Amino acid sequence: MSSKEMVTIHIDGKEIHAPRGASLLKVARDNGIDIPGLCYYEKVSPTGSCRLCVVKIDGRPGLVPSCMVKVEDGMKVTAFDDEIESVRRGILEMILAEHDDDCINCEKNGSCELQDLAFRYNLGRELRTLPSLLDVVPKIYDDSSPVLIYDSHKCIKCGRCIKACFEIQGKGVLSFAGKGLGEYVVAGIENWADSACDGCGECVQACPTGALVEKPVYGVRVREIDVDRKVVTTCPYCGVGCQLELWIKDDRIVKVRGYDDIPNRGSTCVKGRFGLDFVHSPDRLKYPLIKKDGKFVEVSWEEALDYVASRLSEIRDKYGPDAIAGLSSAKCTNEENFVFQKFMRAVIGTNSVDHCARLCHASTIAGLVRAFGSGAMTNSIEEFLNADVIFITGSNTTETHPVTATYIKRAVLFHNAKLIVADPRRIDLVDYATVWLQQRNGTDVALFNGLMHVIWKEGLMDEEFIRSRTEGFDEFIKVIEKFTPEKTEEITDVPKEKIIEAARLYGSAERASIVYAMGITQHVTGTDNVLSLANMALLTGNVGRESTGVNPLRGQNNVQGACDLGALPNVFPGYQKVTDPNARRKFEEAWGVKLPEEPGLTVVEMMYAATQGKVKAMYFMGENPVISDPNIPHVKEALEVVEFLVVQDIFLTETAQYADVVLPAASFAEKNGTYTNTERRVLWVQKAIDPPGEAKPDWVIVQDVARKMGYDMGYSSVKDIIDEINRLVPIYAGITYERIRNGEKLQWPCPSPEHPGTKYLYKDRFNRPNGLGKFHPVDFIPPAEWPDEEYPFLLSTGRILYHFHTTSMTRRTQALPQYVEGPYMEMHPDDMKKLGIEDGEVVRVVSRRGEIKIKAIASGRVYSGSVFIPFHFAEAAANMLTNDALDPISKIPELKVAAVRIEKIE
Amino acid sequence: MSSRRYVLLGVADDGVFSRLKAEIEGLPNVEVIRGLSIGDFDGVSLAVFPTGVRYSGVPVSEVPTIVKKHLEGDKTVDQRFNGSALPSTILPSRQKRIVLERVGVIDPESIDEYIESGGYEALKKALNEMSPADVIEEVKASGLRGRGGAGFPTGLKWEFTAKSEGKMRFVIANADESEPGTFKDRVIEEGDPHRLIEGVLIAGYAVGASQGYIFVRGEHSLAIERLKKAIADAKERSFIGENILDTGFSFDIRLVPSAGGYICGEETALIEALEGKRGQPRPKPPYPPQKGLWNQPTLVNNVETLANVPSIIMKGANWYRSFGTESSPGTKVYSVLGNTVHTGLFEAPMGITLRELVFDYGGGLKDGEFRAALVGGAAGGFIADLDTKLDFEGVKEKGGMLGSGAVLVLSDKADAIGVLLSIARFFKRESCGKCVPCRVGTQIITDIMTRVYNGNCTRKDLDVMLDIAYNMKLTSFCPLGQSVHLPVKTALEIFRADFESRCGD
Repeated sequence: MSSKEMVTIHIDGKEIHAPRGASLLKVARDNGIDIPGLCYYEKVSPTGSCRLCVVKIDGRPGLVPSCMVKVEDGMKVTAFDDEIESVRRGILEMILAEHDDDCINCEKNGSCELQDLAFRYNLGRELRTLPSLLDVVPKIYDDSSPVLIYDSHKCIKCGRCIKACFEIQGKGVLSFAGKGLGEYVVAGIENWADSACDGCGECVQACPTGALVEKPVYGVRVREIDVDRKVVTTCPYCGVGCQLELWIKDDRIVKVRGYDDIPNRGSTCVKGRFGLDFVHSPDRLKYPLIKKDGKFVEVSWEEALDYVASRLSEIRDKYGPDAIAGLSSAKCTNEENFVFQKFMRAVIGTNSVDHCARLCHASTIAGLVRAFGSGAMTNSIEEFLNADVIFITGSNTTETHPVTATYIKRAVLFHNAKLIVADPRRIDLVDYATVWLQQRNGTDVALFNGLMHVIWKEGLMDEEFIRSRTEGFDEFIKVIEKFTPEKTEEITDVPKEKIIEAARLYGSAERASIVYAMGITQHVTGTDNVLSLANMALLTGNVGRESTGVNPLRGQNNVQGACDLGALPNVFPGYQKVTDPNARRKFEEAWGVKLPEEPGLTVVEMMYAATQGKVKAMYFMGENPVISDPNIPHVKEALEVVEFLVVQDIFLTETAQYADVVLPAASFAEKNGTYTNTERRVLWVQKAIDPPGEAKPDWVIVQDVARKMGYDMGYSSVKDIIDEINRLVPIYAGITYERIRNGEKLQWPCPSPEHPGTKYLYKDRFNRPNGLGKFHPVDFIPPAEWPDEEYPFLLSTGRILYHFHTTSMTRRTQALPQYVEGPYMEMHPDDMKKLGIEDGEVVRVVSRRGEIKIKAIASGRVYSGSVFIPFHFAEAAANMLTNDALDPISKIPELKVAAVRIEKIE
Repeated sequence: MSSRRYVLLGVADDGVFSRLKAEIEGLPNVEVIRGLSIGDFDGVSLAVFPTGVRYSGVPVSEVPTIVKKHLEGDKTVDQRFNGSALPSTILPSRQKRIVLERVGVIDPESIDEYIESGGYEALKKALNEMSPADVIEEVKASGLRGRGGAGFPTGLKWEFTAKSEGKMRFVIANADESEPGTFKDRVIEEGDPHRLIEGVLIAGYAVGASQGYIFVRGEHSLAIERLKKAIADAKERSFIGENILDTGFSFDIRLVPSAGGYICGEETALIEALEGKRGQPRPKPPYPPQKGLWNQPTLVNNVETLANVPSIIMKGANWYRSFGTESSPGTKVYSVLGNTVHTGLFEAPMGITLRELVFDYGGGLKDGEFRAALVGGAAGGFIADLDTKLDFEGVKEKGGMLGSGAVLVLSDKADAIGVLLSIARFFKRESCGKCVPCRVGTQIITDIMTRVYNGNCTRKDLDVMLDIAYNMKLTSFCPLGQSVHLPVKTALEIFRADFESRCGD
């Protein structure tokens, strides 16, 4: 709506005030005037095809569909009179004539918009004047999708699904086929299975009838009326933080809908909607296990807790607190992370607590803290919609943050944003891009410097911003000077014309937003890459305003929160440094113990410390390093040599196999708490069902262990933990339990209970001590390992849409493995030809660290000389091959570049 | 006019064409130009130039006779073929030809003949002597109204388009002629393609457009061929392209064959199709002059409308207004078919009566008495009153609409119910499916009409049919569904007794 100006209209004599330009149908309904309509769907453009919402408007001839009318001042509308109602009844009869009203066996029975209208207009079968036309409506029953079913005989051709697919998801997979009564909805050119449909289910949620319904992936067919309760909670998969509505029957999740709220506005991806059945997997851990004579034996909580407490105490007393290291979890809640790091620091007495953020965004925190002051997304997801230019690099957003990608796609499709994609792989977003820069893996700094060179040379920088809000420009620009387009092309392989085009686009945008993820961070130059992106934003003044900024997309549901709440070896919760005596004093007073002064070990360092005999015991809460960490052979060695390993999880993971004690945890659906999504927004996680067996929320378990070790944390509920966080963590001070439970979805920093939260950072000042943003001179450094004669291929790893992290959840679902069953390697067809490898052939991939056997798939997504392997799958784990060379600042390993050799298996 | 000798073949009949080709082989300076619609007589007809003598209803077997006598011997073959009229000259005296003036007279594939006969002079005049506003004023003053059927004032549409804000403007010639019984636009495209191009160019200049499209019905393969060549020739002569005739005006024209579908003749569905989407209508407003192709101001005009423009520019609005009626100036090309002696195209001043068209142009009825005429194609209405004036107002007064100018004449022996059934089937087949009333209504009406035709309907069926048609008129998304009511209603009025005689109750 272009204007918020209010106008006055009359509907059936009732005076109504509404914003000019609002849809007349919506205004009427919002004011209690229930004009019928089936094709209208508030989230998409009006279609005007069902014609049920027709009204009369003074001064306009005939009947007008109110969904297509924008209200204007003085409009006089007749919504109900005998003629209009008779016309509507006639139309409704026509719809019923082409609809199979087999309500008895329909999943939508009781929640079908057509059924409701038929009842309202008293159109039972014997009361209709028109015969059924079903014998001439083609019957298309498409159940080829793993997640949904389409039935043309229940379809009323309203087009809501088609528009939802295109206008909300930005996909455009669906369209109408056929003509007249022969019209039906088709995915791609023939059926769902062969189409580009990725199963997000936006169409199902949009369907007013039973034409599109979910397959019973949760085990049972249910109607809405069968459901015991609906629970709104936060999705446990990625960092977007989608709000979900879990439908619960008999204490099981039976269906999932996207909930219409920030940040997803009802959208989900295939995992959120169709991939939560892992909660009910028979593999769930139900009882504590202790390994006795090499075999796990179920034991009581009492025995398990006693055992853990005594072994940890023993080792701490014998070797000192730094002989114990812990991994907290980006999958667990804020409160659990807070409790775990408190346990490690206050009870064990070590700072050696880390979590998988080390493997994803440690370099983001290191880089953005140095440049801006805080290590998080500067802006919010919804702001992408209004950016003029979006620069995406190292993020395969449609697969890793699918709902965030919908905002980016919509910005391009419907808001005239220009998209620049800088990625070695031809990711799906390239289809939406104005420019695609295909740099060689690991040459990001050179590329960004090259872009900045052009921006600088062409005078596109924001001089006023540089003068008033930054420091370090002079040293920085000296490095930029040498990155001419020619030189940049030489290093990166990106044609200089494209470098210039992209630089001009980004440099001249009013609002330009940078988006990145692990393609940037997982390098030995990860911090440099991040600093370089920060430089770009500072150079053009694209930070501190709406729809701009530098936006790392966080991978796990709560990786942001795990970092915020101190599951890092160098900071207390809220990024308060452990080396800062004032901070330490504050926490010592609050927790009543002396706290260690030196930063602890990071993820990869812990593994080396273990094999060197320095770390003797480890406690992992919800982490699976045997798959997720680089150089798996070494990780396994570490886990074998430690004296004592505790693993707390919901499944007996690959890592748990190495444990001495396994503690069964509650899943996201079985506990309360909060997650902080990628945009710093704190979201409530609502307990929907009871945990299986004797599984317990992680925070309860950790508190129990602490108590056994003689430290009573004294929490009786999640609220107690949040209260303590409010007291100790200034950026979370105002995000109180009461506000969260009242439905507020606050973004930190939120320093007081009155503070509205912070949509975007650095509006007036940066969070560095002097308030200025800092340019960092960053020169290009090649990756730790380049392809050579012995290992001629460049391996990159990453995630895919249908699986998550180590697949401990996704492989325990019914739907997701139907899309992608197992491991594969994307390889350029030219390379396959050269090596005589057939599409789909299993080959051996060897690096300096290990080897795997994997199916090679011909793919144009990778360039010749490079290969890509999703890291999810244990049987061909990419991390057998990856390099654990570390970024010197953030200690993130170089998961994105490794040299490999590909061999045919004879 | 050129003095070369050629034979224009009236209807694209492969047998006659190949025989003709074979027979003239070896004759010096004789060409055959294939498949041109000469216009005003039924059956396969030939016209021999430069004399312009035409033969109608020529069977393959008689081709050698004509070639021998007329082309070799230079004598008119004075005989009737297949019961048709005697050989005649090309222009029946009563016709007033403006848009068809060159059709059947020049070689449509020769840009030279077009230019020699005064072609592209109007474009030169517009570009050199008139401002775009002048051109719009002239068209407004001429009173020209859209010949696609709706009769909207053309000059006004041009003005709206010219005044709309946009990054660029477009002109689209709607050549997706699909109205049953209507074949006027095809004849212009086949017989005088440069006239259409000239009209598009002048329109483009007037509204400030830089890109034109001719969206032509895909089945009109000869029209496509001719237009393709005409566009290429016009480009070569700098009538199309950058800096046209050194006037600084640049304009490109692209020919886009329709993938099929009556609905694509609806201007917004046409635009959707042109954008590569499924041809379904858009909501209006906004109208194309405000937001059309790629959401830019777009002028969509019918072929016949645009074909009038060069003459209006050359000869002026006053001259144009000397034909036709006050509210509907100019001429109209009528496609006459059905039970008349002569069927084909007649261009006549607006406002002649139905009686004149049927008897004076069409030669009266072949068999039986006049009963009614379906005026305006499938989307038109049945009219029984022979004194109906054939202009926009005159037909409307009688409860019909002039529409595309198709006139299907029915004698008292004709099967009106069969005609309505085929209309119903036509709409059912062509309904795009977007809106409920049209998608479902066309099926229901077809089902009822089938019962009527088979004589097993009920009186209630007739009421339901009229109700549904009325509902469709009130609520259909676009003119396709809205149109069904008129033929149904007028048929039930005029042929009520016929319908009732088919009812079982």
